[in-house]
Amino acid sequence: MRRPDPIEPTAFVGSSPVRLDGLDKVRGRARYLDDLTFPGQLWGRTVRSPIAHGRLRGVAFDPAFDWTGITRVTADDIPGENVVHLIFDDQPYLAHGLVRHCAEPIALLACADRERLEEALRHVHVDLEILPPVLDPEASTEVFKHYRFERGDLARAFADAAHVVEGRYRVGHQEQLYIEPNAVCAVPRPDGGVDLFGSMQCPFYVHRALLRLLGLHEGQLAVIQTVTGGGFGGKEDYPSVIAGHAALLARKSGRPVKMVYGRDEDIAATTKRHPAIVDHRTAVARDGTLLGAEIDVLFDGGAYCTLSPVVLSRGAIHAPGAYRWPACRVDARAVATHTPPNGAFRGFGAPQTLFAVELHMEKIARELGLDPLELRRRNALRPGDVTATGQELRHSVSALPVLEAVAERVQWSRRRAAPRIPGRGLGLSLVLHGAGFTGSGEVKLKARAGVELTPSGCRVLAASTEIGQGTTTIFAQMVADALGVSMEAVDVAVPDTSKVPDSGPTVASRTCMVVGGTLAGAARALQRKLATHAAELHGVAAEGVVCQGGVFRAGARPLAPFTEVAASWLATHGPLSIVEQYSHPAGIVWDDDEFRGDAYPVYAWAATAVEVRVDADTYETTVERVVTAQDVGKAIHPVLCAGQIEGGTVQALGWALLEEVVHDAGRVKNDRLQSYLIPTALDAPPIETLLVENPYPHGPYGAKGVGELPMDGPAPAVAAAILDATGALVPDLPITPDRLMRVLRGPPDAGAGRG
Amino acid sequence: MAEKITLSLTVNGEARTAEVPPLARLLDVLRETLGLTGTKEGCGEGECGACSILLDGELVNACLVPASQAQAAELVTVEGLGGAEGEPSVLQRCFLERGGAQCGICTPGMLVAAQRFLDSGAPATEAAVREAIAGNLCRCTGYSKIVEAIQAAAPPVGSAKGSAA
Amino acid sequence: MISTIPVTSAQTLAEAYAVLAARPRGLRVLAGGTDLMVQLNARVGLERLGHVLDIWKLRELRFIDRRGDALRLGALATYTDLMRSPLVRACLPALADVSREVGAWAIQNRGTIGGNVCNASPAGDTLPILVAAGATFVLGGPRGERRVPAEEFFVAYRKTALGADELLLRVELPVLAPAERLVYRKVGTRKAQSISRTLLAVRATAAEGKLSGLRVAAGCVAPIPLRCAATEAAIEGRAIDPGTLAAARVALLSEVRPISDVRASAEYRAHVSANVLERLLRDLAG
Repeated sequence: MRRPDPIEPTAFVGSSPVRLDGLDKVRGRARYLDDLTFPGQLWGRTVRSPIAHGRLRGVAFDPAFDWTGITRVTADDIPGENVVHLIFDDQPYLAHGLVRHCAEPIALLACADRERLEEALRHVHVDLEILPPVLDPEASTEVFKHYRFERGDLARAFADAAHVVEGRYRVGHQEQLYIEPNAVCAVPRPDGGVDLFGSMQCPFYVHRALLRLLGLHEGQLAVIQTVTGGGFGGKEDYPSVIAGHAALLARKSGRPVKMVYGRDEDIAATTKRHPAIVDHRTAVARDGTLLGAEIDVLFDGGAYCTLSPVVLSRGAIHAPGAYRWPACRVDARAVATHTPPNGAFRGFGAPQTLFAVELHMEKIARELGLDPLELRRRNALRPGDVTATGQELRHSVSALPVLEAVAERVQWSRRRAAPRIPGRGLGLSLVLHGAGFTGSGEVKLKARAGVELTPSGCRVLAASTEIGQGTTTIFAQMVADALGVSMEAVDVAVPDTSKVPDSGPTVASRTCMVVGGTLAGAARALQRKLATHAAELHGVAAEGVVCQGGVFRAGARPLAPFTEVAASWLATHGPLSIVEQYSHPAGIVWDDDEFRGDAYPVYAWAATAVEVRVDADTYETTVERVVTAQDVGKAIHPVLCAGQIEGGTVQALGWALLEEVVHDAGRVKNDRLQSYLIPTALDAPPIETLLVENPYPHGPYGAKGVGELPMDGPAPAVAAAILDATGALVPDLPITPDRLMRVLRGPPDAGAGRG
Repeated sequence: MAEKITLSLTVNGEARTAEVPPLARLLDVLRETLGLTGTKEGCGEGECGACSILLDGELVNACLVPASQAQAAELVTVEGLGGAEGEPSVLQRCFLERGGAQCGICTPGMLVAAQRFLDSGAPATEAAVREAIAGNLCRCTGYSKIVEAIQAAAPPVGSAKGSAA
Repeated sequence: MISTIPVTSAQTLAEAYAVLAARPRGLRVLAGGTDLMVQLNARVGLERLGHVLDIWKLRELRFIDRRGDALRLGALATYTDLMRSPLVRACLPALADVSREVGAWAIQNRGTIGGNVCNASPAGDTLPILVAAGATFVLGGPRGERRVPAEEFFVAYRKTALGADELLLRVELPVLAPAERLVYRKVGTRKAQSISRTLLAVRATAAEGKLSGLRVAAGCVAPIPLRCAATEAAIEGRAIDPGTLAAARVALLSEVRPISDVRASAEYRAHVSANVLERLLRDLAG
């Protein structure tokens, strides 16, 4: 069991050194997958279903076409199991029997000449018998997962209530829109194995999936992450699919096969944020104290299960929001529709349910005539409170501090008291985000990470990927501090499944807290080992020998530089690696079956205020200002931390106002950047970030997680601001001008309540 | 049947030639024929700006320029922004110091657009900078630190027109 | 296949006319590429593409000048050219302003007014302004030159009066009279790189709160850029009071025939067009 990390003075942690991969990136020297050329490479493309649901009767290759030099793969060519291994194993790599979504992969082609390959795609005939698709999640009868948890006396709560407030909130798909589309290259080995290079977040997910698909054993497969141009969850599980396709083509052709999606294909075929419908029924006392909540959550999982159970789990746990509930019931379901399977996207279920509860708070405030800030103040979770899953919040609870910080910065009370300016609005939200995997996720995962001694320092061995958020830099900071050397002395190994341990996926805001913490522990262990060695070499007692600034000292007396001690060790004992396994701090107890207990080791907290201007003629909303206070425990690298907050905030603004996947009979209509819109530099406002550091004793240097928290608050704050500006509560995202117009012009109760 | 054309052009100050179909995208000529992979493809439709380069001194999306229109042209790509020995320019250093690059895929195009803006001598107000990079989509940063970096690289308001290192 | 498509890069207008005269099958004209290259990249219409006539180098089409009362824009004038031109700023500032709202910087450097006109998208940003300004398009080819008024040029959805062997040579615009103003508003999908949801342009002379010499044009509310004659009639010579504004709104709503698409609903386009019109009329009336 790990002792809590001391919050001690550090050389690198807490400062903002230039990121390790920065120079290559600004010089245009960083090599993303499509920048790499593999000798003898073929290009690969996917034949996809044009319809949402159908019986696949056959795949025919036009005999009049010259197929010389073109590799063809169908489901029959799969050596192992035709299943994308993840949770329920219901998704095939290549459809057979039934097609269950538009763009579902059916066959694969490869050719050295890209133009011929495109030609060839037009000569594959897929024989499909059209079946009626289920596109509305409310009409679906296929449930991937169902969670229900309940606490307290709901009947009493509703009996005692002075007000019962109801609301229905809907959010649609959101595309991660990493600027680098999905890209992989599979290189076959002579022994039947494969080296798989690609843009990805989780090399070991891909590794596990490919072993099953190809029927390989561990030693025959290496999955190597290449420089990745954005992920946001969209490259958590999806790369297993494109990697499997490339590998099948590589295996059949005996040549490296590169698959790089066009933007339209990426938008049409890959995972998205789960659409959701959330219903709230809330019992409230006259003074605004929340008494009880009945929350129903419906997530649209798409055609296959993929990560839906986990997304649903997080969504369900966050559904009650940052509030204390004497009684609460959450009933959450993920169901199937004939649309491309949905998956991970920053926030992972929480943004959806937090949008609902936060906008519902606005509704409650309006109906009771209460100030939305005051309503939140009254009910926000405080240290020692118990959550709806029965978790006593013992550490790092910052709901009130972040709320007050934002309220003060925007001068909330003064603004509310001032005369209204037509078309201007100010809105607020308060959210929390559980750090790390839900429940027993980390326990099951047994993440491992470590360090390997090098002549000047060490090499970090971890599966965590750099996808822009700064993984390699914060690892180097933490390890350099823990080892007592400079950052230049720390090298971070490329995540290659044949060379690094499985530290778990780069998701769930766990990279710093879980893997970073484990690495810091391993680095400290490495220091102690070398310190003992240094002590022996110099005939002093081992206790009190410490490495700092690259020099081992006994108290004040320098003994030897790190390089000398390292060289001595390596000459005497040979290579040295210390790999440790993550374990939760003691006292974290979660019951998977009852869905009760400590859902997360700790929560991060954020309050967000948004100022908007709504154009009376065009219903366009301009976000003029965003102020957000975020408590992530400790900012290991303040600039990278602010970068996560600013980036996540703008992504959330896009979700709130601009981003919508439009379907026609299950086919994506807006599969291009001209029609799927993300914020430009002119759409994004300046973001004022207030960093609140409330250290978590069991996080490295007090750190919790920051990757996803910024996604949770802005959207409901925007909706609240629009409500303030116009009087219209728009309970659906995105709040496009069209949608706002309909609510403002439509029948009196449009959008105001259930149904 | 189209014949290939022989393109003779200057890229980052160096004379280069390429034999390519006339409608080949300049983006592909750069990346595949000339081996300059710094310029990226994000969308293929001129929306994301990841392929931004300078063509005869003006900012363009290389995915929308056919090779036939680059005959005798002078191109500047991200590889040509720094110093002769590869040392980073003032703008590149500002990006490094202020966190202007996260995943880095938008960075090459962003830097070319930003440098072109700085070279115009226009005052680097927040609004002007944002308009200059409005055609360069970034999904990671939310743009704040990119704008800060560009403003930091600009000469102080009121001073003589400055340029890259 | 793209690599097999022949391209003629015309160095002179005569050379371009020679290609046009030969009427090669599947001929497309290429200027800055911001439309054609997008289509090529998306593999739209590739089967129908037989030959590309690249006119980007034609100096004869790259100019902005004034002849008497006409502002003349060569077909290859880019949005950047229009934005930077002191002549355009002086004679028709709305055109310089809307150019700044097309795409973003890199698109503005390559997109041309000729491309915007010949592409004839109902969402073309300059088109309602050209119609409201009373523009004339000068077409030329091996059979000679001719002049077509803007509002006769747009025949049907993405179909123009341009013959198969003709090029757009230039756009001629009457210089605004001293008391004349032309105002517009583009309602896009976001603040840059945006296609219009609706675009209204109004030219008028204001005197004592009355507007005369009205020309009203709207984009994105019909298959073509629409001259709104009934709307003009409802306003012409009248004071801009609630009665006139209400009549103008009714007239506009009767003339427009918007569709619903990924960008906006028909209801939005209609209703917002009317709102924007009202605001522009108030602006003009002072």
